[in-house]
Amino acid sequence: MTILAIDTSNNPLGVALLQEDQVIGEYITNLKKNHSIRIMPAIQTLMEDCEKQPTDLTKIVVAKGPGSYTGVRIGVTIAKTLAWSLNIPLVGISSLEVLAAAPARRFEGYVSPIFDARRGQVYTGLYRFENGRLTTVEPDQLAMAVDWAPKLAQLGQAVLFVGNDVPLHRKVFEERLGSKAIFANPTEQNPRPAELAWLGKDKPGEDVHTFVPNYIRLAEAEAKWLEKQGKTLNG
Amino acid sequence: MKKDLLILGIETSCDETAAAITKNGREIIANVVASQIESHKRFGGVVPEIASRHHVEQITIVIEAALKQANVTMSEIDAIAVTEGPGLVGALLIGVNAAKALAFAHQKPLVPVHHIAGHIYANRLVTELQFPLLALVVSGGHTELVYMKEHGHFEVIGETRDDAAGEAYDKVARVLNMPYPGGPHIDRLAHEGSPVIDLPRPWLEGSYDFSFSGLKSAVINTVHNAEQRGEAIAPEDLAASFQASVVDVLVKKTVDAVAEYGVKQVLVAGGVAANKGLRSALEEAFSGLDVELVIPPLSFCTDNAAMIAAAGSVMFEKGVRADLSLNAIPGLEIEIFN
Ligand SMILES: [Zn+2]
Repeated sequence: MTILAIDTSNNPLGVALLQEDQVIGEYITNLKKNHSIRIMPAIQTLMEDCEKQPTDLTKIVVAKGPGSYTGVRIGVTIAKTLAWSLNIPLVGISSLEVLAAAPARRFEGYVSPIFDARRGQVYTGLYRFENGRLTTVEPDQLAMAVDWAPKLAQLGQAVLFVGNDVPLHRKVFEERLGSKAIFANPTEQNPRPAELAWLGKDKPGEDVHTFVPNYIRLAEAEAKWLEKQGKTLNG
Repeated sequence: MKKDLLILGIETSCDETAAAITKNGREIIANVVASQIESHKRFGGVVPEIASRHHVEQITIVIEAALKQANVTMSEIDAIAVTEGPGLVGALLIGVNAAKALAFAHQKPLVPVHHIAGHIYANRLVTELQFPLLALVVSGGHTELVYMKEHGHFEVIGETRDDAAGEAYDKVARVLNMPYPGGPHIDRLAHEGSPVIDLPRPWLEGSYDFSFSGLKSAVINTVHNAEQRGEAIAPEDLAASFQASVVDVLVKKTVDAVAEYGVKQVLVAGGVAANKGLRSALEEAFSGLDVELVIPPLSFCTDNAAMIAAAGSVMFEKGVRADLSLNAIPGLEIEIFN
């Protein structure tokens, strides 16, 4: 069993190779650089270093969003094409879940992974490590940080905020959660591709052809069009 | 005996997700196109983000369909050719990354192809190219005269300074309240009217460049002025007049360039090559001349991947290769390979 994990959904670019219960290779950068140029060479280098051929792969796991639309699509396109052409299973995992996974493992409480979504909004969800596995408490969503913070405050428990974009919203969370707001260390802010591989390890493969990113949001033109249709329908 | 060269082409530069396989750059053994036109019609034009989303939905489906249609496996494919640019960046990225993943998975050479080179090489699926030649490329995004002295050598001798011909067609169609894409509607309407309205011919003397934005404005002004005076303009006459102006310019410049460059062949390429008015005017203009005029069938004029595979075959044989860092280049210039 050799699993290749790919994450290009946000600034961090990550690739990992999981063999049985061992992470045999992991590559991460956190740079504002073009994923399209760098991801395939990163996969190639990691696989060469680990002395793996494409045909050795038994599964592809990809971070399916939310995140940058273009970024998510690059990873998903590569993952779909590899899985289809190598005839191996494809598993998609929430990009937020990947980000939450590593810090959640050692944290007693809730974990809220954060990707900035501009104009005061965040992509987030709520996760918790229970009985040896990561569970979803609140599904991935797009929310205003000022609306998300009071919701978390109502839980009355410690919430760990994780992600490179957390500093952009830290003040809002501190104001509403006070000492219950805990912030991850810089060493935990990048989603770990090894965690991505691990999360997908035992999941069944999905239909490769129909697999699409989870953008969370409709394309702007689509949303406007639907709104217009609704208005027409409702007179 | 030399083995047949099988090239898998992938094209996603705009709103068609396409994969095709050619044999020796001349023969199509598979040609699959998933058009998104129905989806974009709602918006009156191609929406880049929506185009990119549809490409992700279709990409592995069309590639698989192409392999099935050709009845070959990836191991029999000699190289993968993909449109590198120009086009919509988000759309191009899907084809480029799928091609790279495929090249990596099966350890195949990767050949980057310029979209316009593809349109030109669509003609090689019809007849062998005779050099030197001149290609008139007219589409929604391009209006260019390209001189080729040999395979893989592209010299742009004239290009649009503003709107592409197809773009002008779509904009004029919108003024006439026609659905997107407007080009075919104008073409059809033009045949029902006569070119009685006086519209400018943007000649740009001394250059092979094109400019259709002034002509488009003239059409819009004509409509507005008539509306203000409470007069009715027959849309078919307006369409005929607009088409006559565009076709006059395209044909005259092509005829002049053919004379100056002394070419053996004239190729017509791109979506607007489907235009009946343009086809018949070119046929008439070249009927007495000692130059072969090649106009491909309609299905080769619009975006497809067979043309990318055809161009890719030539580039492959010239040794053109990309590595896995290949990127999509939305404003890619056509290159001269020697
Ligand atoms: Zn085109």
